[in-house]
Amino acid sequence: MPDFSVVANNFRFLIVQGFFGIGGFVGGTLRLAVPAIALGFVLRIGIGLARLARARWIRVPATMYVEFFRGVPLVMVIFWFWFIIPQLLGLPIPEYGVALIAFVIFEAAYFGEIVRAGVQSVPRGQVEAATAVGLTGAQTMRYVVLPQALRNMVPSLVTQMIVLFKDTSLASIIGYVDLTKAAQIVNNREIRPFELYLFIAVVYWLCTYSMPRFARRFERAV
Amino acid sequence: MTYQFKWSVLWTGDSGRWLLQGLVTTLEISALAWLLAVFLGVAAGALRTVPLRPLRALATFYVEFFRNVPLLVWMFFWYFGVPPFLPQAAQQWLFSHGAEFWAGMFALGVYHGARMSEVIRSGIQAIPRTQFEASFAMGLTVFQAYRLVIIPIALRLIVPPITNESLNLLKNSSVALTISVAELTFQTRQVETYTARAIEALTAGTLIYLVLCVAIATIMTRLERRFAIPGLIARVGGPA
Repeated sequence: MPDFSVVANNFRFLIVQGFFGIGGFVGGTLRLAVPAIALGFVLRIGIGLARLARARWIRVPATMYVEFFRGVPLVMVIFWFWFIIPQLLGLPIPEYGVALIAFVIFEAAYFGEIVRAGVQSVPRGQVEAATAVGLTGAQTMRYVVLPQALRNMVPSLVTQMIVLFKDTSLASIIGYVDLTKAAQIVNNREIRPFELYLFIAVVYWLCTYSMPRFARRFERAV
Repeated sequence: MTYQFKWSVLWTGDSGRWLLQGLVTTLEISALAWLLAVFLGVAAGALRTVPLRPLRALATFYVEFFRNVPLLVWMFFWYFGVPPFLPQAAQQWLFSHGAEFWAGMFALGVYHGARMSEVIRSGIQAIPRTQFEASFAMGLTVFQAYRLVIIPIALRLIVPPITNESLNLLKNSSVALTISVAELTFQTRQVETYTARAIEALTAGTLIYLVLCVAIATIMTRLERRFAIPGLIARVGGPA
């Protein structure tokens, strides 16, 4: 029979170490997810805009970037960085750095597509009106198109943030001690897989399920 | 940087055979999981529209819970967590018939079924109500309206998002390596371990995934364009 006392007994390790990343191991789901979501905004907007550029030498590399990362599993990309970065730099990089770089670069392809769709959703008349009042191309983008595009993007951005949050569990494959890895560690000692994995499923669910609700409040404030 | 490439490791020894086996396993697990996902997706998508509250609640619970938890957690849950609660005979059958493959397939199918149901539901909701009204005005019965008007339109509308979701499923099958299903990413790691040639092995695996995804996407874009309804699907033919 299921016996959930194993969760109560290891609650501190699972939540404090696994979820928040405070403790003896390098880890923490939040410590990876928050910077992974926050970093790389410039890269994301840059890629989204580059996909729409008129100049071929900007558009083609950006398109290749997006198509490449959207055609390859994240697990594969994590292994790439796991092996390549130490080779390139000639020094060992901790799991945390590898995972963070892999997430920022991989997810930029997906976020870039959202930015592109958001910019395309702004009616052409807005651009024409901005040109008519004498704004330059950069000013039009900065003051007219991007503010409207960002507002249209909020729902897709939240969905993608949820995807990223769930994807951070894959960092456990290279040994980063996040919530999933913490449950594995406890399970190796207690052999209670059903209770432990169900518990972390509920923890992940609580986070991802509340994200759109926070976002809606935020959206109303904007 | 003095890395000496040695691409021949990919076709000498067992590497080529391993990669091919990995590709076959990836395709097998994805195809079976896809069937399960489409079945669950259609069932859950339909149940969420029926007028019976308990059935609707069940379908909503399934969709909201399963798609909001990482696939990796589901892999561990279905592989390690569930089998001990199965009857003895089922356990024995599973563990003598590659339990990790079936658990991985099940995890992948159930997870993506929840995501597919959202795609299918939004496809049906995207059909203008006037289509229903027009069908009834023409004298069609409800069943005829669905069979002749609604379903054909819905199927064409959801080709792009279903393609996208199917490619996600194919790529996510790589997560099954964590429960040691010998799929493509697993075999790529094996080649890397045996030859100590990380870059060559990863390049081979990455290229196979890329070719697979690009090929499927190209075929589906053709299909989409062929079956597009002028005026209803704006995306087709427009600039990327």
